[in-house]
Amino acid sequence: MKFTKRNLWLLIGLALLILAPIGQGRYIVYTLTSWLVFSIAAMGLNLTLGYAGQISLAQSAFMAVGAYITALLTLNGIHWIVAMPIAVLSSFVLGLLIGFPALRVKGHFLAFVTLAFTTLVFLVLRNEDWLTGGPYGLSGMPRPDFGLFNTGKNINFYYFTVFIFVIFSLLMYQIVRSPWGRAFKGLRENEIRAESLGVNTRRITLLAFAIGSAAGGLAGSLMTPLVQFIEPGSFALLHSLRILLMVIVGGAGFFFGPVVGAGVVIMLPEVLRFTEGYYLMIYAVTVVVLIIFCPKGLVGLGEIISRKILKKKEVRKDFEQGAKL
Amino acid sequence: MTHPLLSVRSVSKRFGNIQAVNDVSFDVQQGEILGLIGPNGSGKSTLFNCLLGQYQPDSGSVALKGSNITGKSPSELNLLGIGRTFQQLSVFPEMTVIDNVILAGQEHSGSMISRLFGSPDAGLTKAAEKLIGFFKISHLRDEPAGSLSYGQQKLLDAAMAFMAEPSLVLLDEPAGGVNLTMLGNLKERLQAFNSEFGTTFVVIEHNMEFVMSLCSRIIVLAEGSVIAEGTPEEIRSNQTVIDAYLGA
Amino acid sequence: MEQLIQVVLSGLATGSIYALAAIGFTLIWQAAQTVNFAQGEFVMLPAFFVLIGINFLGMPLWLAMLFGLALSVLILGVAFKRILVDPLLSHGGLSLIIATMAVAILMKELVKEFYSAEAQPYPALVPQGAWDLSGVIISLQDISHLIICFVVIVGLTLFLDKTKVGRCMQAAAQNAAVAEILGVNVKRMILYTFVVNAVLATLASFLITPVYLAKFSSGEYLGLIAFIAAIVGGFNQVRGALAGGLLIGVLDNITATYITAEYRQAIPLLLLIAVILFKPEGILGKPEGRAV
Ligand SMILES: Nc1ncnc2c1ncn2[C@@H]1O[C@H](COP(=O)(O)OP(=O)(O)OP(=O)(O)O)[C@@H](O)[C@H]1O
Ligand SMILES: [Mg+2]
Repeated sequence: MKFTKRNLWLLIGLALLILAPIGQGRYIVYTLTSWLVFSIAAMGLNLTLGYAGQISLAQSAFMAVGAYITALLTLNGIHWIVAMPIAVLSSFVLGLLIGFPALRVKGHFLAFVTLAFTTLVFLVLRNEDWLTGGPYGLSGMPRPDFGLFNTGKNINFYYFTVFIFVIFSLLMYQIVRSPWGRAFKGLRENEIRAESLGVNTRRITLLAFAIGSAAGGLAGSLMTPLVQFIEPGSFALLHSLRILLMVIVGGAGFFFGPVVGAGVVIMLPEVLRFTEGYYLMIYAVTVVVLIIFCPKGLVGLGEIISRKILKKKEVRKDFEQGAKL
Repeated sequence: MTHPLLSVRSVSKRFGNIQAVNDVSFDVQQGEILGLIGPNGSGKSTLFNCLLGQYQPDSGSVALKGSNITGKSPSELNLLGIGRTFQQLSVFPEMTVIDNVILAGQEHSGSMISRLFGSPDAGLTKAAEKLIGFFKISHLRDEPAGSLSYGQQKLLDAAMAFMAEPSLVLLDEPAGGVNLTMLGNLKERLQAFNSEFGTTFVVIEHNMEFVMSLCSRIIVLAEGSVIAEGTPEEIRSNQTVIDAYLGA
Repeated sequence: MEQLIQVVLSGLATGSIYALAAIGFTLIWQAAQTVNFAQGEFVMLPAFFVLIGINFLGMPLWLAMLFGLALSVLILGVAFKRILVDPLLSHGGLSLIIATMAVAILMKELVKEFYSAEAQPYPALVPQGAWDLSGVIISLQDISHLIICFVVIVGLTLFLDKTKVGRCMQAAAQNAAVAEILGVNVKRMILYTFVVNAVLATLASFLITPVYLAKFSSGEYLGLIAFIAAIVGGFNQVRGALAGGLLIGVLDNITATYITAEYRQAIPLLLLIAVILFKPEGILGKPEGRAV
């Protein structure tokens, strides 16, 4: 690994992740873990939304799929390390199945199709008691035990999550900088041009969507042993909106944007706790203000500022790019 | 019997009550540089888009080396070796120049799997650098493409069309906004591709000097129909063509 | 048989109300290329304006309704367009969609915190009785709803096709650049479209709230249904939204009565997926040219 400035930042970040929970109480450790879990889901959605430019409101549904599959398997004595890949793969395949028809419509329409899917998943979870425990959900899922390392203790589970998060980030990074990632971006910036250069737009969007969904599945799969109690309400539409918000607040299309966004969205309720019932209202207003004044999210804002300071070139606004023929 | 590289048969396209392309037929021979001219709104760009799968022609057919390609998608056609540029600026504004050019070639190299797990540039950086050098925009290598000037973006656009080593390239007004020196340069480049690699061209252009000196044969469209076809000299002195331009 | 007729009829009545919201959706889509995720809340809110008028300002029903309509036009029409849509249009569709989602949350929370989280009774607008036509019970409310919606939709169509303003609105929606050249004030026409949408949502609110009660969360399902109706019918026209609304109203009622109440909500969703799979341009829609 070359010793670049970026790598230095990454090392600092990793060190902070490792040091963060030391000496903290139960609740903080839990919140930190939950932040990492949602970061994974949001980074997945970022691939669909930020890189490939497709709006999905199904991320919480894919988390539900991952969470319930993991729960059902681990409750039946199957080890998490086996359950997790099954959960992720199921989410991936489901993503392909949903995405295939949905991506015929794309953009705004995709948002509604995925919204419909999230609602359907919620209904199934609530109504099929025999499998999902209905409205009461499932509880008592074990945390994975790796012999030498048992994740039963909160702090251990946190480090376990950090480990998964790092592996996941590396994989994601490989995808984003691979030719696939370039094709995703091409699609977002100028679909017609990308198509004329041999990019199979339909296939590549579908893959972006399915990979994003698989990440949702992974997050769900971590959620199950983290909270050890899941119910349909934890995966309702509102949570898809929350994950979407994480991506937007952090900065769609920036690699670590969703991590920042997830932090803000998860911490905000704590900060706004004193406002009690008004919390969601403030939340909504914040979103609108942020979108109007800072459309590229917090990381985007940072980038704009550093651009100003470093005097880097910017994309000019006076030419209309040829999305038209 | 050898087939022409591209043969266009009775292609028509209508938008509402405008017959944008009307029963157009012509052949493009392997290795030629064909000019396509006509007044504004005569249907040149629409014809390109019908040939390249961007629009579905209402009727007619298109064949590449004798095999029917009507109705294929733009990406399939590109993978069959047809490159193109657009009349409007058409780059990926937030990506760097070099990334733009690599994207233009990557779908032609390796498999889906190798493009996910292989090297990030699909082994194309060298070739891309050579190409932007060819179009004299090397110094802009790491700038976001959207920050370039109009003419520079046009050149980048042209470079992208060549990245996948196409056998046929369709250029829609490549000279628009390109300065005189670069124009001569562009012409040289096209001629070099033509003579070295046998690349075939169809070029839409309003700059008559450019077209007349570059092309070996010219087709003239007016109101969607072919009104004349011939060598630059023949076209220059063709009364119908002159009337069409004056009347428009 | 009698039951089936009743079920279909009341389905049509509800469906015609869905259609009002769905038409608003399509109008906004055409004019501003925006999907309004708060459409359901746009239907939920006016009922509360009326309740405020009645319960806090001591207005009679008719005045409260006028008050509600005026507030809706101001807030859901003009303010929504000016404060939210205008600054965001240039950022691209995504920002606007997310902003409308946030607005939906805001509206729900405002009602929940400042009015009530409980479902509120709401005065009926139309007679409640029923006719017995040789065994078929026909509810007067259903019939009145059908008639009112029918009149509104016919009126709207006439307005769009026959009046100068209506035609300018259509021109602005179809090709803003050309309309501008022809001297149409495109900005104003788009504003009118948002106002028309607010009026349609208000009417839908007045009609549907007596049936489902006034509740902060009632817009969630309504918005979804309106959108599905619009897609199923064919997104780019009034006729389509109408057909979609009626179809979903009837289907919804039939499922609830004869098949399953638990999965009642799932039927429109499945219909949506089926339409997108097999006829993405909608039942009445024409395939749109590629957006190039
Ligand atoms: N997508 C479209 N929808 C409706 N009409 C169109 C569309 N594209 C082109 N037209 C019409 O078709 C006709 C031909 O347009 P086209 O762009 O092909 O002309 P052109 O020859 O390329 O002109 P120019 O030299 O100005 O580029 C014009 O009248 C134009 O208005
Ligand atoms: Mg043209």
